[in-house]
Amino acid sequence: MFGFALRRLLSTIPVLLIAITACFFILRLAPGGPFDAERALPPEVLANLRAYYHLDDPLIVQYLRYLGRLAQFDLGPSFVTKDFSVARQIGIGLPYTLVLGGTAFLVAIVGGLVAGIVGAIYQNRSVDYFVAAVAMTGLVVPNFLVAPILQLVFGVKLAWLPVGGWGDGSPYFLTLPVIVLSLPHIARISRLMRGSMVETLNANFIKTAKAKGIGRWRTVLRHALRPALTPVVSYLGPAASYLLTGSIVVEQIFGIPGIGRYFVGAALNRDYGMVLGTVIFYMVLIVVLNLLVDLTYAWLDPKVRAR
Amino acid sequence: MTISLRTLTGALALSTILAVSGAQARDLIMYNGGDVTSLDPQKMSGDWEDRVAGDIYEGLMTEDAKAKPIPGEAESYELSDDGLTYTFHLRDDAKWSDGEPVTAEDFVFAFKRLMDPKTAAQYAYLQYPIKNAEAINTGKIEDLDQLGVKAIDDKTLEITLERPTPFFLGALTHYTAYPLPKHLIDKVGDQWVQIGNIVTNGPYKPVEWVPGSHVLTAKNDQWHDAASLKIDGVRFLSLEDVNAGFKRYRAGEIDYMTDYPKDQFDYIQKNMPGEGHFVPYAGLYYYVMNNKKPPFDDMRVRKALSMAVNREVIGPQILGSGEPAAYGWVPPGMANYPDEGAKVDWADEDYKTRLEEAKKLLSEAGYGPDKPLNITLRYNTNDNHKRIAVAIAAMWKPLGVNVELSNAEVKVHYADLREGDFQVARAGWLADYNDPTNFLDLLKTGVEMNYGQWSNTDYDKILEEAAVTRDMEKRGDLLKQAEKLALDANAAMPIYYYLSENIVSPKVKGFEDNVFDKHRTRWMSIEE
Repeated sequence: MFGFALRRLLSTIPVLLIAITACFFILRLAPGGPFDAERALPPEVLANLRAYYHLDDPLIVQYLRYLGRLAQFDLGPSFVTKDFSVARQIGIGLPYTLVLGGTAFLVAIVGGLVAGIVGAIYQNRSVDYFVAAVAMTGLVVPNFLVAPILQLVFGVKLAWLPVGGWGDGSPYFLTLPVIVLSLPHIARISRLMRGSMVETLNANFIKTAKAKGIGRWRTVLRHALRPALTPVVSYLGPAASYLLTGSIVVEQIFGIPGIGRYFVGAALNRDYGMVLGTVIFYMVLIVVLNLLVDLTYAWLDPKVRAR
Repeated sequence: MTISLRTLTGALALSTILAVSGAQARDLIMYNGGDVTSLDPQKMSGDWEDRVAGDIYEGLMTEDAKAKPIPGEAESYELSDDGLTYTFHLRDDAKWSDGEPVTAEDFVFAFKRLMDPKTAAQYAYLQYPIKNAEAINTGKIEDLDQLGVKAIDDKTLEITLERPTPFFLGALTHYTAYPLPKHLIDKVGDQWVQIGNIVTNGPYKPVEWVPGSHVLTAKNDQWHDAASLKIDGVRFLSLEDVNAGFKRYRAGEIDYMTDYPKDQFDYIQKNMPGEGHFVPYAGLYYYVMNNKKPPFDDMRVRKALSMAVNREVIGPQILGSGEPAAYGWVPPGMANYPDEGAKVDWADEDYKTRLEEAKKLLSEAGYGPDKPLNITLRYNTNDNHKRIAVAIAAMWKPLGVNVELSNAEVKVHYADLREGDFQVARAGWLADYNDPTNFLDLLKTGVEMNYGQWSNTDYDKILEEAAVTRDMEKRGDLLKQAEKLALDANAAMPIYYYLSENIVSPKVKGFEDNVFDKHRTRWMSIEE
């Protein structure tokens, strides 16, 4: 198992290298640079700035310098937020994103599984239809619409919850962003869970369990849940990477200083160092999460373990 | 009995006052737009950064509540008869937040660092009036000691200028002219600016900074006028979503917004009387035409296009936020300028007459129904720019002008403008200091921001002459003459003047509208 994990991690290094290279050069192909703005800078000042960040060197030299730094785990400076290095910025934003994304992930799993199981047990009855309708609404209404509506209703009109901000990071501040973030995932997980559970409940071993006279809930939780989880788990990998890399929409609307906005913001600002830094960070995160999914598979399904 | 009752009432009143004043002492929560990129004033470039910097640092001069320059760290100054040498006397109680005195040497150090090409300060050019500043900043002089800033003693600073500069005291309020804590930078180098290290000399000091969230300041007890401060500190929120910010304002989570969602203009005017502060502001929204490319090298074409723009509908109807139409190049209310600036000749003609005249001009230039003029109009991606571009394209349609709209994100847009890669394009300008040359310099030959590359030797000459004229009234008249010249030649197309767009809670007192849109929080207080 350990060897498997290590091999998987090592095999990502060439992938990472290709991605960095592509990203590095594509970024430079984009017109404009980090110091173009509404006000043109005097050419001498621009030259000074470019020299300061070594942007006046040949591209290949810049590329090799970047790789050299990277080998020492240095993500370099940010061209825009000058007082913070890229690594430090990610370090500051990450805890917010982890708390927010992690909570949303848990809420999505619990909410999705419960809704899915209930839907499967009461298959094709009004409860099932109701749950499906709610879930679909959560899926099709985009979060940039859900968020302002919730803000308006619970923040401005009813004044039950703060409209935005992180505050002290308590549930009081987290409730709205977590709901917005987890809603589409609750929907997807519940649909996957319901489908898979319906299928499992028709399997022979469940019929056997039923025939033995085991209660309905016990059958579901003890015998059907584990095999039925497999498709859900394969969805959890991408879902986790999506939630843990932060959501630019939720972070901007609620004013949460996570890392989601770095990627888009940095790309628009041509903050080359920051874009590369986030790409590398995301890639490593996704690789690790996919690995975790594979390991979970092995735990869930003896057939995978045997292979 | 009566006495004790009175005592009781007195005690009650006193406790109420105490309770109220206790409640007053809190942070001001400000929606400040973008993320601050640095707390080093020489690495800043945006007005949202200026709001923080102006609160935590103080230059020789600073701004009063109406943004007029008043002495800051300097207690007094003298100007030599030739208008070239300023001698500033620093306050005895000028101190850094760690208690160290602010010395003339701190200013010399800061100005040298500002001009040092290695610092790569984006706004260094604002202090180019100082002797040898430009030459040092552009690498023509390598000896930093040649800069015209000298410490006579600990508390006396002498600044020599290249030429008499009427707006120099105003330029000294800018963040490029703030002193730096030499004693700290000598010790910790680049790390001085980190929270935990940083010391500042303004009314407040930064105590917390979470990128993407906020900068928090607290009262600087070492500041010379600290006793006058009525708020504890300011929480500068960086929040890119202005709609979300406005909802937070409505929920009482924000006291002061420096921007607002434009579609809420009517709502604010109707439902929040007195909270929206929309007053003319030193900024111009304009279109540039590429004078180096036909057909815009033909003045008749430029004039026709400009005349056909119905400016009166743009602010009130297209934007819906009432921006005043611009028929001149210098926004109204700028200092050192006649009350009434220059205007285009046809400013008072009704729109129909103007359209007829524009049609005639275009046909003289060889365009008409048989030979339509096809142009590409460029703007940087933004809903409002798009709305205006669509409206103006429709206004040009009757002239037989076919417009193709093309947009690009802001970096690409301005990079292309500088390259001259456009026909007609949107641009905007906000004043850096309170003087009309801010705007007139945009049309000078060879200036980087003169995107349309309009060039007129008479214009350049008048500006040169004004630069050495010490009689302010005469100088103002010269500048107005230059403005008129540029307008008559249709150098570019002014469209509207910006409005300041502050939304201020009734709880905040001491907020004063001004044309420069600078509102230092040291003049404000909060009354719940």
